[in-house]
Parts: sequence; C-alpha cells; structure tokens
Amino acid sequence: MGRRTRRLAGLACALVLCATGCRPSFQRADLVILNGAEPESLDPHLVTGQADGRIVMALFEGLTRFDPRTAQPMPGLAERWDISDDGCVYTFHLRTNAAWSTGEPIVAEDVVWSWRRILSPETASDYVGVLFYLKNGEAFATGKLKDFDQVGVRALDARTLRVELESPAAFFLDLCCFQPFAVVPRQRIERHGDRWLHARPFMASGAYTLDSWRLNDRVRLRKNPRYWDAANTQSAVIDLLSGVVPATALNLYLSGAVDIVWDKELVPPDLIDKLKERPDFHIAPSLGNYFIRVNVTRTPFDDPRVRRALTLVIDRDRIVSRITKGGERVAYCVSPPGIANGTNVYEPPRGLRPDPDLARQLLAEAGYPHGRGFPTVTYTYNTQESHRKIGVELREMWGRELGLRVELRQLEWKAWLRAQSMLDYDLVRSSWVGDYNDPNTFLDLFMSENPNNRTGWRNPAYDRILRQANAETDPARRQELLCAAETILVEQELPVLPLFFYVNMEFFDPARVTGIHENIRSEHPLRVIRRTASAPAGKRPHEVSP
Amino acid sequence: MKYLLKRLVLLPPLLLVISFLAFVLVRLAPGGPFDRERKPASPEIERALLARYHLDEPVARQYVRFLAGLVRGDFGASLKYRNHTVSDIIAQGLPVSLTLGMLAFGFSMGLGIPAGFYGALRRGQWREHGVALLTLLAVCVPSFVVGPVLVMLLAVKWSVFPVALWESPLHVVLPTASLGVYFAGKVARLMREGMVQTLRLEFIQTARAKGLSETAVLLRHALRLAVVPVVSYSGPLLADLLTGSFVIENLFQIPGIGVFMVNSSLSRDYPMVVGLVLLYAILLLLLNLIVDLAYHLLDPRVRHE
Repeated sequence: MGRRTRRLAGLACALVLCATGCRPSFQRADLVILNGAEPESLDPHLVTGQADGRIVMALFEGLTRFDPRTAQPMPGLAERWDISDDGCVYTFHLRTNAAWSTGEPIVAEDVVWSWRRILSPETASDYVGVLFYLKNGEAFATGKLKDFDQVGVRALDARTLRVELESPAAFFLDLCCFQPFAVVPRQRIERHGDRWLHARPFMASGAYTLDSWRLNDRVRLRKNPRYWDAANTQSAVIDLLSGVVPATALNLYLSGAVDIVWDKELVPPDLIDKLKERPDFHIAPSLGNYFIRVNVTRTPFDDPRVRRALTLVIDRDRIVSRITKGGERVAYCVSPPGIANGTNVYEPPRGLRPDPDLARQLLAEAGYPHGRGFPTVTYTYNTQESHRKIGVELREMWGRELGLRVELRQLEWKAWLRAQSMLDYDLVRSSWVGDYNDPNTFLDLFMSENPNNRTGWRNPAYDRILRQANAETDPARRQELLCAAETILVEQELPVLPLFFYVNMEFFDPARVTGIHENIRSEHPLRVIRRTASAPAGKRPHEVSP
Repeated sequence: MKYLLKRLVLLPPLLLVISFLAFVLVRLAPGGPFDRERKPASPEIERALLARYHLDEPVARQYVRFLAGLVRGDFGASLKYRNHTVSDIIAQGLPVSLTLGMLAFGFSMGLGIPAGFYGALRRGQWREHGVALLTLLAVCVPSFVVGPVLVMLLAVKWSVFPVALWESPLHVVLPTASLGVYFAGKVARLMREGMVQTLRLEFIQTARAKGLSETAVLLRHALRLAVVPVVSYSGPLLADLLTGSFVIENLFQIPGIGVFMVNSSLSRDYPMVVGLVLLYAILLLLLNLIVDLAYHLLDPRVRHE
C-alpha cells in the first residue's frame, strides 16, 4: 500500500508539474484586459464582434485609424488624402515609413490586394457590405463582375492610392478605420490559407504583433517595433483574456489579476446598483440599440395602425429603470443620440411618445376595438434573463392597455436567428450595434433588399430618400433627408419598435490605467492604453515570477 | 484475450455509427453555423460561404467527405473559429482538460476511498454518520455552487488561491477541488457500500478464522473486492472528467475542451460537434474496456468464469 500511495503521489506531482511546466514560465503582461467571449477569428476580413475588432485593429491598420479620444478618423497608413469636389474620388498618400512587422514596406498595392480579398466571393466575408460603397464593389462581391480592374480602387504608384466611390459617402474615412478595410499580408495568406495567422514571424501592419493565441485563454500581443508610430505605443505586452462569467470577471478585476474589463456582458446584472457607486465602474452611451422587429407579412401586423398602437403603450422608462438599470436612454427612434452627420451631430425625429388613448383609437380603427378579434400573438426572444423580463413587461403592457393576449416564446440563439431570417415570428426582440458613426449604419438595415431587414417591410419611398441622403454632400440637406427617412420608419410605418439605446460598462481605475477615453463608439485603441501603477501591495498575491 | 479482441474489433463500427448519428442530428437542429445577428450583405455571399464549407451539398455527400477526411486524420475546420481546425482546438484544450480531469480523479479517489472505507468500519458509530453526512453533502451540492463558495472563501476572502485562470500550480487547486468533490462523495458512498457487503461474505470470516490480523483481512482481502464497484464507476467517471467540465472551465476561465462540448452545439459548429462526440466516445469505450479488464485482476470470481 505504502509503495502504491507513493506512486500515486508521484503521479499527482508529475501531473501538477505538467499542468504548468508545459507552459513557458508565465509572466504577467504589462496590461491585462478581460475582453469578453473568445474571438471567433483575428482575421480582419472575417471578424464581426466589437471585442474581436479591438484586437484585430491593433494588429492590422488601414488607411485611417481612430482618434482615441473622439473616435474620429485620423491618418493611419495614409498620411494624407485629397477628396474630389463631387466627393466620389479619394486619393490617399501612404507614409514612406509604413512597414510590415517583418520589415517590408507597405505599399498601395497591398491595400488593393487586401480590399480585393475581402470583396472576393471566396472569402465570403460577413462584413463585405461596408465595401459596397466602392465603385462596382457590390457587383464584384456578388460575382456579377469578374474583372477587378473595374472596381474603384487602384494603386497609382507605390505610395498613391486612388479610390472611387459609387456615390459620395460622408462616412467613408470613418469606414477606412474599420477592420474590413485593414491591410493584410498577401504573402502569408497566399501561402498558408486559413492558417495564415499561425504563421511566424507574424506579419502585422498595426501597432502590435500576435505573440500567442490560446483559445478560451488569452491573446497575447507584443509591440511591433516597426510600426510607423511605434514611438507612441504605450504598452509592450498586452494580454486579452477570454471569459464569459460575470462573477469571475469581477473577482479577477478586484484581485488585480486584470486591469480592465470592458464587456458589458461581464457585469453581474444583480450588482449594477452597487457597482454604480464605484469610481472605477464606468457607464458610457454606446452606438447600439434594442428594439422589437415586427413581422409585417402577418396579419394583423400588416396594418401600420396596429404597429403604431403597439409602440404607443410601451412604458420604456419602466424597462430601463427596473430591468436594464445601466442608465440606458429610452428610444423612440433608431439612431442613437449624438451620432454624427459629417461634421455635424444628427438630429433624429421625435418618434411616437407614449399615448395609450391614441393607441386604443388606432387599434379600434384597425378593426380591433379593445383588442377584440385580435389573435393571440407571440413575442420571441433569445435565452437570457433580461430579455425574458422585458418580454414579461411588454406582455403586461400590451394586455393591460390594449387587451391583447401575448405569449412569450424563448428560443436558443441560433434558433432565434433563424426564426428572424425565415420571418417565423410575430414580434421578436432584436438589437443592432453600429459599424460607423453615421445614422446610415442603422437606417440602411431597413432598406428593402438588406438581408438584415428581417421584418418583411419594403418601402420604396424609404429606400429612395435614404439613397438620396447618402449621395448628398451638403450636411444640412443630408440631415433633412435622413430625418425624413427615419420619420417614415419610426413615426409612420413602425416595422420596428425602438425600446432603448445600449450603454457600455467598463471596469478600470483611471488612477492606474491611462488612455481610455469615453467616445460614442467606445473605441479604445490598444496602442494608447497603459498601466501606470501596480495594484496596491498585497493586492496581487498570485503573480507568478518567471 | 479472445474477449479483448472481440471488443476491439467492435470499436470501429460502433464509432462509425456514433459519428453518423452525431453528424446527422446536429444538422437537424434549427439554424446553421452561419446564421448570425449580422447576415452577409447579399444572398450570393451567404451561398459562397456555404459552398466553401460544402454545406450546400446533400448530407450523405458531406458525410462521405467527412469520412474521407477522417481517414487522413482530419476532422475539418471549425466553423465558428475559422482560423482553427478541430484538431487544433482539441490539441490545445485536451491536455488542459486531461490534467484537470486526472487531478480531480486523483482527488476524488484519494478522498473517497479512505472515507468510504473508514465509514464502513465504523458502522453504527457517530463517526459513520459524520462521514455519511459529508458524502451526502458532497453528492447533493452541485459544482456550480461548490466552485463559487470555494472561490468566495479561499480566493476572495482569504486570498490563499487565485480566483481564476490557468497559469501556475496554485491556479489548479480550486478547480480540482470544485470538480472532484462531487465524485469524491460518490466514490465514498460506493466504497462504503462495497465494504459493508464484502465484510458480510464468508471468505472474510474464513480469513479471520485462519488467524490473520484484522489489518491483513481488511487491506489484503476485503479492500480488493470492496473496491470493485468503485472501479466499474471509474470508467465513465474518467471519461467524464477527462473531457472537461463546462461549468468549472467557464467559472475558472480554464482553456480546456469542456466548454467546447457545450458551445459547439449551441453555435452549430458541425465539425467540432462531431469531432468532440467521437473523442468522447473513444474515451468512454476504451475506459470501459480497461475497467472490464481490471475486474479480472481484482475479483477472482470473474477470472474463473
């Protein structure tokens, strides 16, 4: 027995050693960020989530990049640009010191190749739609045009790039900051295919290179010394941890193991009231909204009066104060407050404010006085406690004010997505996070042909006005057009019922971490973030020395 | 030997059936891997995406393609983590889950066997009731409660261990205990039952009558037979532990494959689901085989049958 026990003990020790010894001795990074769920990819042409995008934009830069304070576009790989008078032709001048992390220069042809890659049908990028503003971009991406030379991007010489748009787009420079427009290494991708991110040495065009990447653990970034602005990169090594459990996130933050938590999904919902009192808990408005899609292909929702009646009895204040509790602003339109229209701030329409009497009148006009004859309808949401609570509130409001019978239907994530795209719902909980700082990122969803419309609503007038707005270069005129389109959406037709605008919630101590600035997009470029002081002594007992 | 061969020969067809079921069932679930909140900008792009991963082909054809890949040892690419293959993900996560699983196994055996043994010897005394109460607690309280309680006390309050992550030997302790405590309780109960049954058998009385010391009776004769229920339980237990735990890995942010076991089906990551089901099936079948062989070594009656 004794011998066996000793053997078992030996085995256990060997295992413990293996658990840790397999890893190179671990050293804490200069900055540790809990980033949220594991990134699906680090390929700028494939990622879709904001958390993934934050890492990707540190690795791969485009012609412009975000100003850390305002999230406005500022020069990136391009040091300057000229815009033609009609707003359709951009000429970008690349920096002479723009280089890959392996030392080769980044030239205009690299940009052309990168944009060609994301536009290629074989890449099948979910995000390719943001390149449809390029001349013939859509035709090439959908396979209708085979000749890439007809797409509006061309290298005039090694340092000059000519970009032609279908029509003027006030937000094009903003788009150029965004990861689908990033420059990726042709050499690596042609040679290694889907596995190009694992090839070493890593070829980065941004401020960081990829040091290591272990799924569900962390992405470790290391400063790219050949980045053109490397002198201003603040942290040498950054760890971005993956995690999805709010309680663990809070514990990691409080124990000093991580410096920043910046995913609102990682805030324990029951503790929000308490957390709001902490100086290191930050709530900021974000470019996202929460709304209900209405399936207008089904009676009785094919009648706009019914849809208006539904929105007029929703007590949004109750939802944000009792359920979400993060200081979300109630929404009567789809464009978040503060969103830009060129250099101006966009003024959205007022929308339909609560008016239960008018709602009852509308419902009666539609043939359902006091809800009589109105079929039982379902409200569909994806599995999450807050969505369920909101559904319960809505059912109560619609029942009490309009006499409607509403059943709640909970679906698991993928089934919920499929139900929306198949129009297999009556009313469904939805949300959207903007891709760029312009109302169009929310409004173009509801264009007739947009695959993300998912309401069955088609309105030629809406399509036409929005197209006009996007071709307009005069901000005042554009404001009018955008507002006219949004008025159709949120005051007359209501294929969607806006509920509230999201906020972002972040943990970080401004006394110890610098470089994070509140801005409408919650863009926090990693290159400017720095931990200035360690946690107070004794607060981090678990640090492991190499 | 013949028995062993028969079992081994049965393995491949069994795995084939399992893989086929997994392959088809996961495709029956509503929604697909590329249903996302943000759909591609046009139906053509969505079609290109499906074509790229051959998801536009009939299921039978896809299955043949999958088998052809399997022959080359290729499970295919993950559809959610598109820069990783299924083999990459298993290669990254499995060693972590194996380590944690083996440690938790050691923990539950090391705690459960002595506890059950002790409980059986002290029948009717308060000490037996004490052990019974503890094991009952261990079995009844789920790991998603044990884990947070341990973290609360040992990591947050007293700062003895780190709250989460997988970085150093210290980081291993809490997840091991949280994962192992339930199984320790289970093993203790099985062990106690086995011991009580064994001590009633005639050969124990014979051994005592021969004048053997009580220690020799208990350790050399009784223990060997009493441990059989624990051994038969340890096969599926090991398969469970080695393939990771969704709850514990999530809670402690451990990069094992337990999380993928659940999430891959939620995200309809078809190749990942099939790969993991196969991995789990192989482990389960092999471990059960080993357990059956262990009976032969432990119980002379089985040997003679």
